[in-house]
Amino acid sequence: MTVKNARALRWQSCASTILAAAAAAVLCGGCSVLDGPVLSPSGPISLAQRDLLFKAVAIMMIVIVPVFVMAAIFTRRYRGTNRKARYTPNFDFYWPLEIIVWGVPAAIIVWLSLHLWHYTYQLDPYKEIDPSVKPLQVQAIAQDWKWLFVYPEQNIAVVNELAMPVNTPVSIAITSDTAMNSLVIPALGGQIYAMAGMQTRLNLLADKTGTFWGRNVQYSGRGFADQQFRTLAQPPADFDAWVEKVKQSRKALDATAYDALAKPSQKVPVTYFSGVEPGLFDKIIAKYSHGDSDRAPHHVNAGTTD
Amino acid sequence: MDIFGRLTIESLPFYSAIAASGAAVTVLGALSVAAVITYFGAWRLVVFQWLSSVDHKKIGIMYIMLALVMLVRGFVDAAMMRSQQAIALNSDGYLPPGHFDQIFSSHGTIMIFFMAMPFLSGLINLIMPQQIGSRDVAFPFMNAVSLWLSTAGAALVLISLVIGKFSTAGWTGYPPYSGLEFTPGVGVDYWIWAVLISGFGSTMTGINFLVTIIKCRAPGMTMFRMPLFTWTVFITSVLIIFAFPALTVACAMLALDRTLGMHFFTNGMGGNMMNYINLFWLWGHPEVYILILPAFGVFSEVVAVFSQKRLFGYISLVLATMAIGLLSFTVWLHHFFTMGSSARVNSFFGTMTTIIAVPTGVKVFDWLLTMYRGRIVFKPPLLFTIGFLVTFVIGGLSGVLLALPPIDYLMHNTTFLIAHFHNMIIPGVLFGYLAGYMFWFPKAFGFKLNEKWGTRAFWCWIVGFYVAFMPLYVLGLLGMPRRMEHYEIAAWQPHLIVAAFGAFIILLGMICLGVQLWVSIRDRKEALDLTGDPWNGRSLEWATSSPAAPYNFAVLPKVECRDAWWDMKQRGVAYQRPEKYEDIVMPKNTFAGAVIGAAGFAFGFAMIWWIWWLALLSLAVIGAAIIVRASNDDDEFVMPASEVKAIEDARFAQLAKAPKNAMEGEPGFAGQPAPEPAA
Ligand code: HEM
Ligand SMILES: [Cu+2]
Repeated sequence: MTVKNARALRWQSCASTILAAAAAAVLCGGCSVLDGPVLSPSGPISLAQRDLLFKAVAIMMIVIVPVFVMAAIFTRRYRGTNRKARYTPNFDFYWPLEIIVWGVPAAIIVWLSLHLWHYTYQLDPYKEIDPSVKPLQVQAIAQDWKWLFVYPEQNIAVVNELAMPVNTPVSIAITSDTAMNSLVIPALGGQIYAMAGMQTRLNLLADKTGTFWGRNVQYSGRGFADQQFRTLAQPPADFDAWVEKVKQSRKALDATAYDALAKPSQKVPVTYFSGVEPGLFDKIIAKYSHGDSDRAPHHVNAGTTD
Repeated sequence: MDIFGRLTIESLPFYSAIAASGAAVTVLGALSVAAVITYFGAWRLVVFQWLSSVDHKKIGIMYIMLALVMLVRGFVDAAMMRSQQAIALNSDGYLPPGHFDQIFSSHGTIMIFFMAMPFLSGLINLIMPQQIGSRDVAFPFMNAVSLWLSTAGAALVLISLVIGKFSTAGWTGYPPYSGLEFTPGVGVDYWIWAVLISGFGSTMTGINFLVTIIKCRAPGMTMFRMPLFTWTVFITSVLIIFAFPALTVACAMLALDRTLGMHFFTNGMGGNMMNYINLFWLWGHPEVYILILPAFGVFSEVVAVFSQKRLFGYISLVLATMAIGLLSFTVWLHHFFTMGSSARVNSFFGTMTTIIAVPTGVKVFDWLLTMYRGRIVFKPPLLFTIGFLVTFVIGGLSGVLLALPPIDYLMHNTTFLIAHFHNMIIPGVLFGYLAGYMFWFPKAFGFKLNEKWGTRAFWCWIVGFYVAFMPLYVLGLLGMPRRMEHYEIAAWQPHLIVAAFGAFIILLGMICLGVQLWVSIRDRKEALDLTGDPWNGRSLEWATSSPAAPYNFAVLPKVECRDAWWDMKQRGVAYQRPEKYEDIVMPKNTFAGAVIGAAGFAFGFAMIWWIWWLALLSLAVIGAAIIVRASNDDDEFVMPASEVKAIEDARFAQLAKAPKNAMEGEPGFAGQPAPEPAA
């Protein structure tokens, strides 16, 4: 009897032990995420994303904490060996409790849905960040296994480096010249898929200077792990200097150079091109869509830059 | 044309030590199974009693054996990935290039299609007919076909380790990457045909279970008297029937692209990969509920039995199950919020997804309230249930976060997502199945599983789960993508090392499960279940003997309320003998199911390697087997009343020797409380 009791007791605090382990894990992890790109954002989009994250976690604690508390208390108090606890073997329905278990989660979800709609519209990657400012236009092309960024207004192109002036909206048109890719810069925002024959769009803004990493996050074969680029958010003067630097490059991205570049390659170093084949981006899209823009769904506008 | 299609000697895995040893383990595994059967002189038994069986209980047991084997294989894959990522900072790790991609693809494919699906079909086969007081499923032969088609699919995945390579396109097989242009080898074909063939099996299983529940319930077993496990099976079957065709169509079209050069999903020529992604998740989201609803059913049974109390909120739980079933078809787009849909579309699907949290939350509270004012006995199945309750809500939290499109934009395709779905699928799905396995094992074999090792397994699994997967949430917030063979960001490595350590603890959990099985078989005489009701159960599966007679019930039970068996015990009408027994009509064993499975395997293999004559031949064999079986009117036999009586006499002799209540000696046993008006 006593041995059995002792053994029973050991497992009775099952739920509490699990909880303690969970709490420890959360604490350990918590410290190191704080300086991660997602929780210390460098742009208004990712900042708003983080705010939504915090709000949602907070509101959901209303149901999650009670689950933890109830699990801990019930498994202790109503252990079979505790003959002092009340035992009602046929207690299986009680209106007020039913109302609470449906009502409280439902209320939370209503609150959450309202936020969901608000933030989803506000943070729509297609939405211009500030309609009164003309955004910097960039065209991103996913290749095996690198990113090519074309600046049509500056007539330059860069492999695996994306520069932008700080506090200026950037509008990135995205397509793929290979398998499906997905473009993200965790400190600024994203992601959105890159698909051949189609164009998607991502609007971003950096409000801090710095170097942030971005990459493809949709598995696309051998070189996937190394398919990353760096993002330079610079003061406008530095950005202009950067453009000048690229323009000094002796390489130009004409059709032949593009075809050579598009061949699969890994760990490609940053490469500058001064001068780009006219309409390159549209041609890449047209290659797959044969100019038939109907096949593209809502706002994945194929074959056009805007 | 070559008689072996594209199969050549180069297809054997001698190009890398790791691939060759994987192949060797697979081949040795198969050989040692054969050796064990020979050693025990059991070929006759295996072939005539099991391979040809149409008995739902034997089919259930074979499904679960398949699931456990595949769980081991899937876990080996997981352990390889965890150790690779733990060391692959600025280095290529220990895996040869192109290997990691095959491993994450086979791990996901195996765990979902060949571990979880067979486990689920096995538990349902074993228990559901007994719970509704039936003698079998509605279509016993089709049941055998389903089993052997699932096995054929699993065998294709296993053989890919020996001949050729497996897919690198992940368990989702997204085109255009999974198209010929990017992955010309046989890998994706292995994936397609394994999924297609087992998918046919699953679809038939769904039909079978649904018809069984509608048509085969015992007298008095109205829908709202069905145990909750049966209810969840009912809804899961509906989901299977509606969802699987979408997967079949998607995979078949991908096969057409790859085999006949069509252009459904290719980059150019009018193909569109988005159609595949849409179809895939039209199946894929319901699939996760197909997997978890029966686990919810297990938890519902276990929590009531071991709290020695009625299930709280039965009607709520049924309604919540229905709501989840319905809603599960309205949310699939949340898997591709980032494909360029408008804010309106994303908001709609995001909202629908968060709404599913409501019925799920209701369930969690109803299970907790079942424990409230109960007398809880901490057996391993209940430990898994408590572990589930506490851990699952964390997964629910991260799930709701991912349902918010702006957050999904950042967290999609990161390890945060990996952490989320493992957080649902290990404590939810797998713990549910393991709880069911330990709960119903005595029903299948007549003795209980060792509780000490069961408890150890639980603690290793739960602690291992937290250590292995909480770091992945952190890594997701640090921006780490999924499916990374190696990486350059040093801040990730500590978390990956912790995660690898967690996988090691889970390995201990796997070992405990193995030891538990071994020890329990060795000491089975001490844990015999003589009554057929080892836990003082509530539903009808505990009314049969353990293991149940071939016909389950000599006389069909009359059901008067919920918790039918409990009620019979209360009224003192349990274990009653009828005045006389009657003849029982039973289906005859047949090899047609195993033949169709074997031909299905050959067909898949032929389609993968382009061996056209073999494909035609195996299709012909399948056709012939169906025709022969369908035109055979002599597919049943009559078990005479005298034989039934002999079996039942033996059972009652055993009952006379057994203690009245198997839970009697338990410290927490509450007695058999007298009926009391519901509060
Ligand atoms: C037993 C412990 C398990 C461990 C340690 C584990 C570990 C892993 C790892 C390391 C990955 C790859 C993550 C990445 O892409 O970076 C993964 C992926 C995955 N796992 Fe598990 N897993 C386990 C159990 C399961 C179970 C039980 C299931 C399902 C029933 C499952 C389903 C999946 C799926 C679907 C994927 C995605 C594969 C893909 O990317 O295509 N896992 N798991
Ligand atoms: Cu889903």
